[in-house]
Amino acid sequence: MAQPEYEKYYVPDSSPWPIVGAVALFLIAVGAGNFVIEQTRNTSGYGGHILVAGFATLIFMLFGWFRNQIHESMSGLYSAQLGRSYRQGMAWFIFSEVMFFGAFFGALFYARMIAIPWLGGSGNNAATNEVLWPAFEAIWPLVETPGGVQTEAMGWYGLPLINTVILLISSVTCHFAHVALEENKRGRLKLMLGITVLLGAIFMVLQVEEYLHAYQEMGLTLQSGIYGNTFFLLTGFHGLHVTLGAIILFIMLLRIFKGHFTPDDHFAFQAGSWYWHFVDVVWVMLFFFVYIL
Amino acid sequence: MSTVTDTIHHDDDHHEHHAPPSGIKRWLYTTNHKDIGTLYLWFAFIMFLTGGAMAMVIRAELFQPGLQIVDPNFFNQMTTVHGLIMVFGAVMPAFTGLANWLVPMMIGAPDMALPRMNNWSFWILPFAFLILLSSLFMEGGGPAFGWTFYAPLSTTYSGDSTALFVFSVHIMGISSIMGAINVIVTIFNMRAPGMTWMKMPLFVWTWLITAFLLIAVMPVLAGAVTMVLTDKFFGTSFFDAAGGGDPVMFQHIFWFFGHPEVYIMILPAFGIISQIVPTFARKRLFGYASMVYATASIALLSFIVWAHHMFTTGMPVFAEMFFMLATMLISVPTGVKVFNWVATMWRGSLSFEVPMLFALAFIVLFTIGGLSGLMLAITPVDFQYHDTYFVVAHFHYVLVTGAIFSIMAAVYYWLPKWTGKMFDITLAKWHFWCSLVSVNVLFFPMHFVGLAGMPRRIPDYALQFADFNKWISLGGFAFGLSQLIFLALLIKACSKKGEPVSDQVWEGAEGLEWEIPSPAPYHTFETPPVIK
Amino acid sequence: MAMLGVFQSGTAFAESVSDLDQYQLNMRRGVTDISAEVYDLHMLMFIICVVIAVGVFGAMFYSILFHRKSRGAKPANFHESVKVEIAWTVVPFIILIVMAIPAAKTLIAMEDASEPDVTVLVTGSQWKWHYKYMDNDVEFFSRLATQPDEISGKLEKGVNYLLEVDQPLVIPTDKRVRFLITSDDVIHSWWVPDFAVKQDANPGFINDAWAQVNEPGIYRGQCAELCGKDHGFMPVVVIAKEPAEYDKWIGERQAIQEKAKAEEQRLLAMNMSKEELMSNGQKIYTSACAACHMPNGEGLPGVFPALKGSDIALNDMAAHIDIVLNGKTGTAMAAFAKQLTMSELAAVITYERNAWGNDTGDLVQAKDINAALNGQ
Ligand code: HEA
Ligand code: HEA
Ligand code: CUA
Ligand SMILES: [Cu+2]
Repeated sequence: MAQPEYEKYYVPDSSPWPIVGAVALFLIAVGAGNFVIEQTRNTSGYGGHILVAGFATLIFMLFGWFRNQIHESMSGLYSAQLGRSYRQGMAWFIFSEVMFFGAFFGALFYARMIAIPWLGGSGNNAATNEVLWPAFEAIWPLVETPGGVQTEAMGWYGLPLINTVILLISSVTCHFAHVALEENKRGRLKLMLGITVLLGAIFMVLQVEEYLHAYQEMGLTLQSGIYGNTFFLLTGFHGLHVTLGAIILFIMLLRIFKGHFTPDDHFAFQAGSWYWHFVDVVWVMLFFFVYIL
Repeated sequence: MSTVTDTIHHDDDHHEHHAPPSGIKRWLYTTNHKDIGTLYLWFAFIMFLTGGAMAMVIRAELFQPGLQIVDPNFFNQMTTVHGLIMVFGAVMPAFTGLANWLVPMMIGAPDMALPRMNNWSFWILPFAFLILLSSLFMEGGGPAFGWTFYAPLSTTYSGDSTALFVFSVHIMGISSIMGAINVIVTIFNMRAPGMTWMKMPLFVWTWLITAFLLIAVMPVLAGAVTMVLTDKFFGTSFFDAAGGGDPVMFQHIFWFFGHPEVYIMILPAFGIISQIVPTFARKRLFGYASMVYATASIALLSFIVWAHHMFTTGMPVFAEMFFMLATMLISVPTGVKVFNWVATMWRGSLSFEVPMLFALAFIVLFTIGGLSGLMLAITPVDFQYHDTYFVVAHFHYVLVTGAIFSIMAAVYYWLPKWTGKMFDITLAKWHFWCSLVSVNVLFFPMHFVGLAGMPRRIPDYALQFADFNKWISLGGFAFGLSQLIFLALLIKACSKKGEPVSDQVWEGAEGLEWEIPSPAPYHTFETPPVIK
Repeated sequence: MAMLGVFQSGTAFAESVSDLDQYQLNMRRGVTDISAEVYDLHMLMFIICVVIAVGVFGAMFYSILFHRKSRGAKPANFHESVKVEIAWTVVPFIILIVMAIPAAKTLIAMEDASEPDVTVLVTGSQWKWHYKYMDNDVEFFSRLATQPDEISGKLEKGVNYLLEVDQPLVIPTDKRVRFLITSDDVIHSWWVPDFAVKQDANPGFINDAWAQVNEPGIYRGQCAELCGKDHGFMPVVVIAKEPAEYDKWIGERQAIQEKAKAEEQRLLAMNMSKEELMSNGQKIYTSACAACHMPNGEGLPGVFPALKGSDIALNDMAAHIDIVLNGKTGTAMAAFAKQLTMSELAAVITYERNAWGNDTGDLVQAKDINAALNGQ
């Protein structure tokens, strides 16, 4: 380790924000749990209210926490070593997200390559098909479930293709924004980041469009068997991440307009852009495995 | 490894610029790794007592055949929540607590890399378990589907409290992931100059690898509970054949998490034992490098053995064969560890202070548990063992006399460093011997009833199992009471009574944490030590 | 080694007493060739493990005894040896191979369920087993026969406490019997230790297993996968009979079932009295419904709905019949149409509409059920 001169590692004094965050997650968990129960059982209760309170607390906490941190960063308390901690932390966080999506991709592959062929009688499962699901045929996309629910498959051309192009472009503009920041070209930075956020928003609008089309015209719903399940959970969680990523980038844009970030100190921006690239890669995987194949 | 500093008591010229604030705010707002470590450890201990109390309910019901104390539905809630609390509430937080206390001190860092997030990870836990425990009082009761929550018992056939179970597991997962990110970043980025990879103490190494496992598999658990939630409440059919899903798919996803999870609960234990044995053998750890490689191979192999929990689910033969062979392979690196510990003792100069007693008990009893694990790995025989008390015996040997004993060993080993005083040695010896005897009366006969055919997760059993179960329950009560000795000892230790100890505490102890004063100052290594 | 001694004397003891011996310590050898192979494999693994344990602990206790500081031992300072480390990586590896070869052979033999002489479809449901002979027109349910009072301690427990059923499965000896195993609701696991057969019953899929029993006898096992509240009360009992006796049995069984069908048709034309319906209904309720809806009809709040005073039991009778016949998808309520006969269904629905203060006075007759089944 070549570290001739020791820069002090900033260890913050005690902070109220984490415990606020813990309370927020508590309210979210209790609220979401009760909300789900109340919705499906058609009873009334406070689930929804608690959930909203939880999110409000979370947002409050994020503002407070990040305000602290921005303040510390701007007053020069941070060292290069701390910057590395943040970057590594973000990288591992993204890795955990990869594994989260991995679970759903795993479910998709398992259903396609194992469960459905077995229901159709392959391997040593002839009896399964003959005795339990004699009318079932194993095909993918699963347009008719063993239980007899019918649906339509979503094609890859049209909206999904357009969305792919949009996200790919946004990843490029996001990268250019980063380059501009490093070269201290603030005008180009604002333009490129603005375009990225805008493309993200367009993506979301089109995605909503696609969902409406699926529900209203195709009969493809969350209830239409494993095809619909994997389709909506994968694209749904992806959509959630796009929304989150776009919000993060939008906040970065606001900070840039306020004059934050320098060519060599812009962790928050970099984290946001990594996140955006990650979301983009997930989409490419999705487009390939959910739509095309 | 020989890690020597040239700045012993380096912080003499540093004034204590922020001493711990006092009052409750200290604990709520703290960003100090030692405070957070203490919080984690106390939380884990309280959860151990809670989960233990549930085990006592289980053992009381199983004391004799027939239904006496609880109804079957409540019994299932007890086994489920006992398993969940012990795994997620006791063992994992205890190890995280130890990591918080020790990792920065061992690598010469001023604190964890992300101190505020550290506080957040901790404070999520009490809330998560509050949710889980309070679901027991909901209409219909808490989760009753086993800690493995197999679908469709946990979906279509479960009570409403499942929604709360799912979200509490979600936030527990968030906590673990943040905790693990913190450990990993600390180790990567905060090592003092000269603390190269192959000089790191083994506890740090094992935790590094554990943290990696955590980040890799906790999100998969989150995915699994999410699918349970949508299957139960939103009409999806991931685990329902009628919609093209498969209940066995749940098990694949769960065990992809679950098996690495059991190594998450044992790798830090290996680290602890590798710290303690050399100290009391007064001899360097044998085969440091091979310990590191063995840990890494165990972690890697743990990703490809998950389906050994599923031999009876009707997988194709080649899959059963693959998972059998892969599982058996894990014995090789684990064996390397056991052999290394024995070789460390070989021709050493051994003494038997309390931490060493627990470490020795660990080596013997964990090995017994590991060997029964190897027997379980043999697919055709597992058809007979599976879901019997033989499995229960296996995992309590690796978890109670493995993970829990290692945690106790660690606490006895480092407690004097934390408090600056020697704990009450007489009480500690009572604790050890009572635990050692009772734990074997508790878990050893489980092998016999299991082989004789007693299934697990049943509130009542056939008459031929009656005698052993009586002994098991008596052993259980005795083991439970023995833990009250531990509680008394800890309370006494925290009230700062006892003989002051030297900085090194144990003759033969080596490493950075033994070079700072006892008790460890609130802030250590604000400027990094130089390691030669 | 002491442990091994205990195990062996344990088996000897177990064999010399009875199959319900109180101190059985080891796995059973069982009554099929496969179960014997499994047992031998188990003993082989066990002995290897004991030998390893003795070696490792021996070395450890030797150090503890002879290299202790209190005896003045001075620490040596070796701390690695490539040779030794390679040895104790390679030797265990070889031991594993020695274990894996016989294991793989047995596994392959176990999993080959082809060319059966008799095939039985085994279906688990909460909390009973259903057996259907695929080559004969015979099928029946098999439920726990132990009295509730034995479980609660009001009656003395019999020798086969919790391991007895009303109608055991009957199979022939010396024939390959193939079991097709599935489930109607949650995952169960069909386990007969003496056959070394344990297969999960997965809803929506069919697993198979097979056994060729060498000795006639009664073999007892249990459900081995947590399947809800009464998982502990779901035994498996199999009687293996000589082929000739088996043929006789299945012939009788077939005749009985045909008679029952005829009886069923006859009952369609008849009306039963309220008393008869209520007393039959109570019996059926106790065996089929009470596990969830509870004997007092109050259910388990939050898990199983109450029937006492419930909308469905007091009002729309057609809906009531429908839910009992066809179940309710997405819940634990099973379809009873194929589990009970029409007259039994009529009785139990009548009972539910008139017990525990549900005084609708409605009577349901077998012909009402028939009408509902044939889609009115
Ligand atoms: C800390 C936790 C922990 C650890 C470390 C282990 C370690 C191992 N486990 Fe265990 N296991 C559990 C926790 C753990 N397990 C739990 C909780 C369950 C039940 C879950 C549930 O269903 O609820 C379970 C269940 C379980 C099963 C499923 C049983 C069933 O349900 O049918 C199997 C099957 O293969 C298994 C195997 C193993 C093996 C091979 C190891 C190996 O890692 C052991 C390796 C160690 C040794 C072998 C001993 C030392 C080695 C030597 C001295 C070298 C020489 C030896 C030879 C070469 C032979 N375990
Ligand atoms: C690290 C994990 C861990 C630990 C430490 C333990 C500790 C214990 N376990 Fe547990 N256990 C599991 C993990 C663990 N267990 C898991 C994962 C399962 C599977 C669950 C499932 O099937 O889903 C399980 C299942 C399980 C079963 C099987 C249940 C069944 O299948 O029906 C039993 C039965 O005896 C049992 C017993 C015990 C006992 C007696 C202890 C003892 O060691 C506990 C000792 C501690 C105390 C007792 C607390 C201290 C004392 C007090 C609070 C004072 C009160 C004391 C008295 C009144 C005497 N456990
Ligand atoms: Cu059926 Cu357990
Ligand atoms: Cu495992």
